Amino acid sequence: MTADRPETYDIAVIGAGGAGLTAALYGARARRRTIAFERLMTGGQIATTELVENYPGFPEGINGTDFALNLVQQVERFGAELRHEEVQAIAPRPEGPFQIETSGGAYDAHTVIATAGADYNKLGVPGEDEFIGRGVSYCATCDAAFFQDQEVVVVGGGDAAFDEALYTTRYASKVWLVHRRDSFRASGLLQERVFGNAKIEIIRNTVVERIVGAGMVEGAELRNVQTSEVRTLPVGAVFIFIGQTPNSHLLKGLVDLDKGGHARVDLRMRTKVPGLFVAGDLRVEAARQLVSACGDGATAALAAEAYLAELGIGEG
Amino acid sequence: MAATPEVTDATFDADVMKSELPVLVDFWAPWCGPCRMVAPIVEELGEEYAGRVSFYKMNTDENPAVPSQYGIRSIPSLLIFKSGELKGTIVGFRPKSDLKKRLEEAIA
Repeated sequence: MTADRPETYDIAVIGAGGAGLTAALYGARARRRTIAFERLMTGGQIATTELVENYPGFPEGINGTDFALNLVQQVERFGAELRHEEVQAIAPRPEGPFQIETSGGAYDAHTVIATAGADYNKLGVPGEDEFIGRGVSYCATCDAAFFQDQEVVVVGGGDAAFDEALYTTRYASKVWLVHRRDSFRASGLLQERVFGNAKIEIIRNTVVERIVGAGMVEGAELRNVQTSEVRTLPVGAVFIFIGQTPNSHLLKGLVDLDKGGHARVDLRMRTKVPGLFVAGDLRVEAARQLVSACGDGATAALAAEAYLAELGIGEG
Repeated sequence: MAATPEVTDATFDADVMKSELPVLVDFWAPWCGPCRMVAPIVEELGEEYAGRVSFYKMNTDENPAVPSQYGIRSIPSLLIFKSGELKGTIVGFRPKSDLKKRLEEAIA
């Protein structure tokens, strides 16, 4: 190690959500010099989830913010570094470590685990940001129970929207399924179930123009794109499922991405670039659950550890 | 790390409006996840800017008057005051580097 060259990390993790923090935890516990970068909120999507009821081992559920803060504490306890910096480029070198450029500097690392996740697509209408967590939701599985016996709107026409519309019927008194087109992308089976559900009323060729309320969502203003007819539905929640966009811009030209921008990996989260792993919502076929993201993170860190051993890079 | 002191509807005028130093007020509530995530970053800034900027947090559940006066409808919201005047508003969770940048601009 020369004086003018900063020390090389064994594992650099990009994104500190469930997958990234778990990868950092496993890396640090393997006594590998580990650093994790987060551009926004540690914990990722889970940090803003009120109650996580499907993570195994918590019979009463756990608050998502608590989960994130606990996981950060656990990761730091074992010695991983966590930096609030945005990664701007990952550059593999033909021989030797990757270079990672961030908003805070440049770092060298023998392995990179990218867990930058995906962001939910937004409608981009007035009221949407204002009411996030107060009736606007991107996860019915998480939030539908808060709207017991209320009417709700579900927006979208794909599998996610249909699945979540069916889920919300467990709680809501009525579900308005709003879709901008006449036809749906959702699978046939889901369409059969939705069309056969007495609680769900489908509104086609219609967009949400505005979400209204005072402190909490009280209604959704809709416009029919064919007739331009406008009406406001008095609902307590608007669930939005119009797709996700994976944060894969850093991986473009580096690894294989599917047409949706998800990175192709094998069962050990390896990409075609030796030493570069992708885990969590950023990979193809992700289950998009906290538990699977954490599992991916562990798998990727163990694969990185095996790769480091193969290179003959000893423990730090 | 020192916890950020609380300011209330009752003490806002004396602690913030009449403060000699610029003041950053972190509007938050216990049920707000992003507020809890931003709190340690505000504490770090409080230490870094000690003697140059005062830092307070206001619980919006317990203090309705000031948040309503400034039209706060989303938290976390960080408001920066200088000589009793609102100089900057940061809504939602932002990275620490952004917060520093916005704070520097507001107190310049």
